Amino acid sequence: MAAALEVEGLSARYGHVEALRHVDLHVDDGELVAILGPNGAGKSTLMRALLGLVPTEGQVRFCGRAVPRRNPVAATALGLILVPEGRGIFAPMTVAENLELGAYLLKGNQAEFTRRQDRVLTLFPRLKERLAQVAGSMSGGEQQMLAIGRALMADPKILLLDEPSLGLAPRVVEEILEKLGDLNRSGLPIILVEQKAPLALKLARRAYLMSVGSIAAEIDPRHVKSHDDLARFYLG
Amino acid sequence: MTSRVSIWVESRRNGALLALWSLAAALVVYVFINGGYLIAVLQFAAIYVVFVTGLNIFMGYAGQVSFGHNAFATISGYTSAVLTTSYGWEPLTAATLGLAGALACALIVGYPTLRLRGHYLAMATLAIGLIAYEIAVQWGSVTQGYMGISGIPPLGIGRWAVVSDRGVLLLLALIAALGVLASAGIRRSRLGRALVAIAGSEDAARALGIDVARYKLIAFLISAFYAGVAGSLFVHAVGFVSPEVYGLHMVVLAFTMLYVGGIGTVTGAALGALIVSLLPETFRAFNEYQDLAYGAVLILILIYAPGGLASLPKLWSARRKEGA
Repeated sequence: MAAALEVEGLSARYGHVEALRHVDLHVDDGELVAILGPNGAGKSTLMRALLGLVPTEGQVRFCGRAVPRRNPVAATALGLILVPEGRGIFAPMTVAENLELGAYLLKGNQAEFTRRQDRVLTLFPRLKERLAQVAGSMSGGEQQMLAIGRALMADPKILLLDEPSLGLAPRVVEEILEKLGDLNRSGLPIILVEQKAPLALKLARRAYLMSVGSIAAEIDPRHVKSHDDLARFYLG
Repeated sequence: MTSRVSIWVESRRNGALLALWSLAAALVVYVFINGGYLIAVLQFAAIYVVFVTGLNIFMGYAGQVSFGHNAFATISGYTSAVLTTSYGWEPLTAATLGLAGALACALIVGYPTLRLRGHYLAMATLAIGLIAYEIAVQWGSVTQGYMGISGIPPLGIGRWAVVSDRGVLLLLALIAALGVLASAGIRRSRLGRALVAIAGSEDAARALGIDVARYKLIAFLISAFYAGVAGSLFVHAVGFVSPEVYGLHMVVLAFTMLYVGGIGTVTGAALGALIVSLLPETFRAFNEYQDLAYGAVLILILIYAPGGLASLPKLWSARRKEGA
């Protein structure tokens, strides 16, 4: 299968701290890849680096084209869409306004906007009931749905999700992961950063384990049958 | 929906906001009919409505900080004053050139400065305001230093000049209303949504394809335009200008108006400018305690309506729901 996203030797620094060290990974067409690892492993930095939100060295290619570094607008235009850690919804705006912002690069194509919005509201019917509600007044789960919905409004060619389960009740997490599974089955490649490894491995076709800013192991979820298997990967 | 309609709908949904605006309109009509000293106070308020509405676009919508927008009022106001008094230019032409100068300065200053964030941006903009003030003081051969420039002609075109107090008030009120409507239009536009997104999270905005640096500069230029208009209006309405007019006092007053009215709201800036301009007059009977009463009321407003006066209807509505 052809690689949708190829990353070679990606490094990033925060001042003197090396947050990413020569990361190599790839995501194939239609694949859901999980990025696992403990706090501080560099998972979120990797997401930010892919989009060009932090200064980096190395190469990122998407569908055979180089993703410009330090240019998130160009990366977004190529179809790399990030749902940031902590959701990043615009709290004072309504749900409808948040969704409109998701389609920011669409620039006035009303028919396409309606098509995308219908798709999002079909996937997350709860957002339809709350279109006029101020986003900051919604529950954590609904805010996460909005964050994903807003990303889908950008018509992603690959979706980067940073800890979508953070701070959510287990039932809500299951609901959201189920929707992500549906999206992936429809052909959308996804990179899912997740600390709750068992949940992510249920969905993922492959996983990378990160440790201290670099890829420590590539995991085939079929080989992880128990917590002990997972612990072996974590502990090396 | 047009900005005009949106303000009307916003007000209709909100009885309290509508009441506040009706009161403001009634006051303008009352002062217009009866004349007197309050006309000058309202003229001053209308000029500040323009200045603060512009500042609100940069600080309220885009969530940035500026202590230096008085610099753009200084450039525009002094250019207009010097060209009309020393070179006999038409006020409108001189004001237009002043505005262009303010915008050019905003572009030159904004491009490098807007890379800064938070306190650093605040300090950089404060420096711009102080530099403009010092130039106005020191460049005596042009600005007359502390003495200022007097005899500045009123606004007008050719033989048609607005000279009566009532006429000036009407013109200023009209320009202020246009400024607020334009601000409402900006807030509802694609640009406005992008600015509010930047205020929420610059990284999240970037991740949606919003060119944060470009939009911050646009917001800075728009607010500099408003500041420039206010600066020119002042010199032609009052007929005099000195460095103190655009000093740090202007910044402090504008901040007070912005926060008392409600930063980030469409109409809060205008409401704040009106209320803060009129409050000292309301307490004139307190004689030597006037400033004390003025300060106390400002503190009370900010304690009980931290989101500003424009947030009062929401606060009351939330209390009613809690009580029900």
